[in-house]
Amino acid sequence: MSDPLLQMSGIVKAFPGVRALDGVDLEVRAGEVHCLLGQNGAGKSTLIKVLSGAHQPDEGEIRWQGEEIRLTTPLSAMKHGIATIYQELDLVDGLTVAENIYLGHELSSAGFAHRGETQKQAAALLARLGHSEISPRRELGTLSAAGKQVVSMARALSHDVKLIIMDEPSAVLDQEEVARLFKVIRDLQSEGVAVVYISHRLEEIRQVGDRVTVLKDGRTVATGLPARDTPTRELTRLMTGRDIEYVFPPRVSRDGDGTVVLSVENLASGRAFSGVDFEVRAGEIVGLAGLVGSGRSEILETIYGARRATAGTVTVDGKQLRNGRVRAAVGAGVGLCPEERKSQGLLLDEAVYRNVSLATMGRFSRGGFINRGSEKRAASEHVKSLDVRPTGVERAVRTLSGGNQQKVVLARWLLRECRVLLLDEPTRGVDVGARSEIYALVRRLADEGVAVVLVSSEVPEVLGLADRVLVLREGVVVHTGPADDIDEHRVLDLVMEGSAA
Amino acid sequence: MSDQTPASPPAGATATTPPADEHRRIEAAAAEEGETRSGFVRFMSSPFGRNLGLILALLVLCAVGAFTAGDRFVDTDNMVTILRFASIIGVVSIGMTFVIIGGGIDLSVGAIVALSSVWATTLATQTMAEDTHWLLMVFVACAVGVGCGLVNGILIAYGGMAPFIATLAMFAAARGLAEIISEKRTQLVDVRGLVDTINGEFLGIPVLVWIFAAVSTIGWVLLNRTTFGRRTIAVGGNATAARLAGIAVKRHTVLLYVVLGLACGIAGIMLTARTGTGSGTHGQLYELDAIAAVVIGGTLLTGGRGTIVGTIIGVLIFTTLTNVFTLNNLDSSTQAVAKGAIIVIAVLLQQRVSVRSADSS
Ligand SMILES: Nc1ncnc2c1ncn2[C@@H]1O[C@H](COP(=O)(O)OP(=O)(O)OP(=O)(O)O)[C@@H](O)[C@H]1O
Ligand SMILES: [Mg+2]
Repeated sequence: MSDPLLQMSGIVKAFPGVRALDGVDLEVRAGEVHCLLGQNGAGKSTLIKVLSGAHQPDEGEIRWQGEEIRLTTPLSAMKHGIATIYQELDLVDGLTVAENIYLGHELSSAGFAHRGETQKQAAALLARLGHSEISPRRELGTLSAAGKQVVSMARALSHDVKLIIMDEPSAVLDQEEVARLFKVIRDLQSEGVAVVYISHRLEEIRQVGDRVTVLKDGRTVATGLPARDTPTRELTRLMTGRDIEYVFPPRVSRDGDGTVVLSVENLASGRAFSGVDFEVRAGEIVGLAGLVGSGRSEILETIYGARRATAGTVTVDGKQLRNGRVRAAVGAGVGLCPEERKSQGLLLDEAVYRNVSLATMGRFSRGGFINRGSEKRAASEHVKSLDVRPTGVERAVRTLSGGNQQKVVLARWLLRECRVLLLDEPTRGVDVGARSEIYALVRRLADEGVAVVLVSSEVPEVLGLADRVLVLREGVVVHTGPADDIDEHRVLDLVMEGSAA
Repeated sequence: MSDQTPASPPAGATATTPPADEHRRIEAAAAEEGETRSGFVRFMSSPFGRNLGLILALLVLCAVGAFTAGDRFVDTDNMVTILRFASIIGVVSIGMTFVIIGGGIDLSVGAIVALSSVWATTLATQTMAEDTHWLLMVFVACAVGVGCGLVNGILIAYGGMAPFIATLAMFAAARGLAEIISEKRTQLVDVRGLVDTINGEFLGIPVLVWIFAAVSTIGWVLLNRTTFGRRTIAVGGNATAARLAGIAVKRHTVLLYVVLGLACGIAGIMLTARTGTGSGTHGQLYELDAIAAVVIGGTLLTGGRGTIVGTIIGVLIFTTLTNVFTLNNLDSSTQAVAKGAIIVIAVLLQQRVSVRSADSS
């Protein structure tokens, strides 16, 4: 057999306090889709950053097409034909789509950018990705998270690539967009481009993957496993070191006994959604399913007062909330765990415990003075129950892995003890093991009498966790009913074609 | 189930058994961290260590002073003089630290200082103070400062104006108003109580320095131990996250400018007592000195991060520099050039140190 495209061996990378990589081996062949699996904090993103030249390894060897290379900067990785799409997108909001795609390698002569040419080529790349509806002239900041993902892909393809690395690309995409992404991946593959694909969703790995490498605690514990035929139990056992039953907690049957806590009547907000009516009782979990852009997140934001309603009312415990006032919602006991952890949730340079207590500071303070002892104790408790690793609450959130950052945001709202909890993509980027713990936790909260509204791009998650499901399409509710009475196919039909299907 | 022997991996694959104790690596690393923490790391993360670069810069400056000016520099009286000069701009800088951490900027501080000094020394105020107590003048100065801060804050938070623009307008307006009220004349202070007390000494140390110390302490406690400080960091670090966490971002922004306004009012009365006058020309270029001191002190101009201790050292660096130059009879133009160089060097130093500690935290 000829040399593999890429061979990494014995890679070590230590951060103070953590050996993020502790002897990792990875071998990627030309034209294959190689999946990386591992729990939150296992070292996947760090490995990727070593490969893309963003981090320098402390030890270990990287061979590219049989020759040993050193990747000292992101640019040198790009020159070898290695492109990366990071877990946290790294684009410039103020520039246009085309400018972002060619950022750093602008098409220019004598310092003058060729705008027309740039736009033409950018349009071609976007079309190749099946997204010709995105104009290269559009300002990046106006795109959705999924749109930005596409631009990020186009940017990777704008180089002459042999290997594309994708760190949890599907986390910001809904199912239809994931399908489109997979089509692009297969096209690339047929052109001989290799892909390193990271995801916490095993179904995806079975669909696109060829071979799997499993990381655990910074080491390679298995490599070259066939992606389609390795049993799920085997994969989760390798990842976590234990058997995990990937199940949703049982629903307690309650026959409309709880009192209505949240009631939303005829709610509308601009063109995002309209005529939304539903009630959530104490102890009930209501799930909202729909595509990205169907108005799911906007409904939560409007209930929370972070967005103005143009019609309709929101009532909590019989009291109508003032339109467009977050403080009113918070005062009534409503909590929102937002969709984008970085831009809407976290203070990256601050300690974990300060992030956790951000919405509950008042409880740990007397006359404005914070009792840091009890604050830290309460934060550590929740951090432990969500299995955030490393466990220390004093480290800056920036140094945590993506999935662990997500758990910190979630911990904030668990600490708050709300009457109504609005969860927008609560398990984005969270690994299999921690996921079932989060499900159990949400159910437990509901059992304690909290009214929960759940938004998720993963239909099985909505169906498995919620008691009742609302299906949205283009800002309109097209179906309401108990989660037991509907299955994934039906939801997908509704989501794409509406009630006509 | 977990004690079952691992199934042999599928053909063509290699697998090693996962280590039995999955937490071992992290725990070992944490223990390692715990050990070093007791030594170097703990030192570096103490206020002293974090500002190591700045303290070094200050020491170098002192060495230069001792070398060039000898005993005239290394002298208790001279040290007290430096502190006395540092005190007024220091009070303004502490207030400025809050505004900048909260993601704002204030160009009007010098003008507010002038306006409060003038308002506190008008004939009417002084007559009333003679009849009652000199503290009335202090109150007037503080009230003027708070009023200006309130206007700044409301324009920025509720009027949606950029801090730069709103405070630039206040910069022009407040100084203009000060000139109108004083009719461009210097107003002498006749209330002896004010001058005697605030420009006097307590336990051998100027009261001005005591005030600076008190304001610094309050500022430190406010930033590090209260919900107000925590919210300031949150608002400056990520305003969206702060808003969604239920923090009243607009109200807090107003409060930040009010705090700075109050600091300017206090500085205004300090300056009035020290010079024995109220004047529309007081506090010129305070905005630049204060912003420079804060930035030298390691506070991010983009907000979300900063320290009071850093600001204090920043102020001391500036005043010591002026002192050393004055003792060596160098003119103010040379001083200005040196100040510029110091800003650049200090910020570069600060960045290196903070990059390294961000890597290692
Ligand atoms: N800059 C840093 N400083 C200190 N520690 C870091 C830094 N970056 C990562 N780490 C640590 O290295 C370990 C591996 O992190 P990494 O981001 O590679 O995990 P991951 O496998 O990508 O996890 P996830 O699935 O949650 O994204 C974690 O324990 C993390 O806290
Ligand atoms: Mg990651």
